[in-house]
Amino acid sequence: MVPTSYYLILSAILFGLGVVAFVFRRNIITIFMSIELMLNAVNLAFVAFSQALNKLDGQVFVLFVIVVAAAEAAVGLGIIILIARNRRSLNVERVDLLKL
Amino acid sequence: MTAAVIIFFVLAAIAVLGALSLIFQKHPIHSALSLIVVMVALAGLYLLMGAEFVAAVQIIVYGGAIMVLFVFVIMLLNAEAEERTDFSKLAKFAGLPLTLALLGALAAVMIRARPGVANAAHPGSLADTRALSTMLFTNFVYPFELTSFLILVAILGAIVLAQREPK
Amino acid sequence: MPILEHLWIIPLLPLLGCAINGLFGEKWPHKAVNWVALGATGLSFAFALEAVREFIFVRHEQLFHKEFFDWIVAGSFRGGFDLQMDQLTVVMVLVVTGVGFLIHIYSTGYMAHEGGYYRFFSYMNLFMFFMLILVLAANYVLLFVGWEGVGLCSYLLIGFYFLRKSASDAGKKAFIANRIGDFGFMLGMFLLFRTFGTLDFVQVFSKAGPLPHEAMGQVGTLTAACLLIFMGACGKSAQLPLYVWLPDAMEGPTPVSALIHAATMVTAGVYVVARSHVLFIHAPTAMFVVAVIGCATAFFAATIGLVQTDIKRVLAYSTVSQLGYMFLGCGVGAFSAGIFHLMTHAFFKALLFLAAGSVIHAMGGEQDMRHMGGLAGKIKITYLTMLSATLAISGAPLFAGFFSKDAILFHSYLSPEHGGILYGVGLFTALLTAFYMFRLMFLTFHGKQRYDEHHVHVHESPWNMLGPLVILGILSFIGGWFALPEFWGGTDSFANFLAPALGSSEAASGVSEAAAHSLQMTLAGVAVFTALLGFLVAFWLYIRQPGKPEELAKSLKGAYTTLLNKYYVDELYAAVVVKPLLWISTNVLWKVVDVGVIDGTVNGIADGARSIGDAVRHTQSGNTRSYAVWVVIGALIVLAIIFWPVIGPAMGMVPR
Repeated sequence: MVPTSYYLILSAILFGLGVVAFVFRRNIITIFMSIELMLNAVNLAFVAFSQALNKLDGQVFVLFVIVVAAAEAAVGLGIIILIARNRRSLNVERVDLLKL
Repeated sequence: MTAAVIIFFVLAAIAVLGALSLIFQKHPIHSALSLIVVMVALAGLYLLMGAEFVAAVQIIVYGGAIMVLFVFVIMLLNAEAEERTDFSKLAKFAGLPLTLALLGALAAVMIRARPGVANAAHPGSLADTRALSTMLFTNFVYPFELTSFLILVAILGAIVLAQREPK
Repeated sequence: MPILEHLWIIPLLPLLGCAINGLFGEKWPHKAVNWVALGATGLSFAFALEAVREFIFVRHEQLFHKEFFDWIVAGSFRGGFDLQMDQLTVVMVLVVTGVGFLIHIYSTGYMAHEGGYYRFFSYMNLFMFFMLILVLAANYVLLFVGWEGVGLCSYLLIGFYFLRKSASDAGKKAFIANRIGDFGFMLGMFLLFRTFGTLDFVQVFSKAGPLPHEAMGQVGTLTAACLLIFMGACGKSAQLPLYVWLPDAMEGPTPVSALIHAATMVTAGVYVVARSHVLFIHAPTAMFVVAVIGCATAFFAATIGLVQTDIKRVLAYSTVSQLGYMFLGCGVGAFSAGIFHLMTHAFFKALLFLAAGSVIHAMGGEQDMRHMGGLAGKIKITYLTMLSATLAISGAPLFAGFFSKDAILFHSYLSPEHGGILYGVGLFTALLTAFYMFRLMFLTFHGKQRYDEHHVHVHESPWNMLGPLVILGILSFIGGWFALPEFWGGTDSFANFLAPALGSSEAASGVSEAAAHSLQMTLAGVAVFTALLGFLVAFWLYIRQPGKPEELAKSLKGAYTTLLNKYYVDELYAAVVVKPLLWISTNVLWKVVDVGVIDGTVNGIADGARSIGDAVRHTQSGNTRSYAVWVVIGALIVLAIIFWPVIGPAMGMVPR
């Protein structure tokens, strides 16, 4: 049997890589995708714990996370389309109208 | 080294490589495809753990719907390879150390976590779809209804946002 | 006892007069203002007489004490509006209201052509109110209210002609010098409160009475308190070193000089010392200090008065000198003699000032004696009354000053602490007094006419000015007969009258009765001889050989200039006290503390807030990647907080 800690470590690694991508990439869509990566990492952790503790609550929660991720992706991409239309660029550093 | 562990390592390697590819690819479409790879690998891991329904939902919804949406948007916007701009001093100097610190913190937490969880034996598949759906429609019925509401709102939002500008 | 029960009427009437005149008098004709002011003061005098009558005949001279309302109640301390009447109060209240009333009448004539007529009488009535509160008070707190109030009125009245810089400066000088004394007075009050727990006269004196006398040279609590109270008296009564304000106070109108700086306010210090005689008797060191300072001041001021040319200045220094005599009397234990001299001094000094005012009025405003002369025939009544007062102050037999000054000198001679020196200096000062007073008379009224007839029309004053002069002239003559010692044929009723209030001051030096009588007669003879000597010297210098004074001045140039410039005391104070204070105020308190510290702190806080804002503003960069990093930082912090028990040991920070 695969020890649960392996799954947790993998989840942590994936989460960390998601944070790295979030901080260092400049394309809005890529940043958004890194968020999805982070959510996936969290899902993995949920399922691992669900299995370790022998309860189904973790998996139900994963379903909810996926639903929310879907809704968020839809609305987020809509916003990204608008930004791309207005700023004519997908570089997040060019979206700085709130600069003081 | 049982077969399960080997399969685990293979799938884990695929996932990590996919994530690394997500970080280091220049064109967003390549990043999107890498992400799909990661998701499939994760679905495999779910199967390995015995969560069949979740694995199926992962592939269908995440891989089949959300990532397709991403690809659509990338192609719609004619995304190009990323330009290198460097306006944020904070990200330049503090980004890497902080990220490493975060990873270190997570690692420390996990290393110190109770050993009991780390090595619990799993008794095999318990993710009976029937049991899962019973839970979903009894214990979690209230969040379930709320999510339907959430999806409605998201649809409305997406439609409004993506409208053509009135001339 | 209707009036005694309502003693507050006596001070209240002048207060009403002040309020009515002050608020409404501006547009009224002089007659209306006169009615209000004179009516208030006159009625006050009448009620005072009635109160005294009740005290003497109905209560048979028992101390009357009534609490009217609670003013300050704090813990166990009670400072109430309590008034009392005893024999000392009788003397003071009659002097204050009587002489005050006469001076008010005089002022209606003197101030008739001055602007601000209503304001003058308003202030004068206010002064009467505070002075009456001072003498009627039954505790130190209420006395202090009156004390401060008369200081205020002095300031207001000295600076009456406020458009003249010298007048407003003099007012400020008076108030500040008084304030320095008041500091000592307050400390003395605090010390008394701490020692006895109360400031009520009756209670303090009954608690202090049984206490042991403190030794000579030892400064115990009572000595310290007495010295501090005397410091206040020095300020108010213009003794060394705080006398400097009184000569400058002559900037005020002459009735003010008469009332405040001769008859009443400056005697408040003597009154306080006499009132606190129980405390002073327990503190021989303090008494000695009082006597020495009184004697020194008397001598010092008399020497300055020898060469002054302004008629009012001579009288001012004379006042300082006579106040010194009063303190000398109190200092050697003869409190009733001191108060007796206070009373006679009120009569003749007020008369001198009023008469001087009459002369000035006759001369059309001239105050310099070098420009007068030969006025005796022209302003007869003024001359005669002023002569009466001069005889009184010089100690001519039978006149008022003779008995009072004699009593003081007699007790000084008998004092065990260096009585001989005190007596000698006092006697010499009497010589000087006679000299400079007759010098004043000769320069003003006799000799050649040193003014231009065409510019100055000498005329006698109107009756509202002359009337008070005549009354005071009569009092200067008969005022001393109250205290005729037994062997002269009188009953020494004054000292006996005051004995319950002030304690008997019979010679306690072990001299037998007969020896005391003969000593007193000898000393009286010596005093008369010195007065006569002073008169003769003045006569010789100013009538027989009018050129002699100038020759003397030239040959003793150094001494003459020093005296003329008042021993340069004002210049000394300016250099030693005023200049450093101004320097400290400007350079330390203003530039360093106010601008640097206080403004710096307040502005610094504002600047600090602004710089913090300026620094924090950079987090709002609008750059999403920076925000992303902030999110990571936030996640780190939350993680650390939640998992601290787990992570801490890993980092080697928290022991397991």
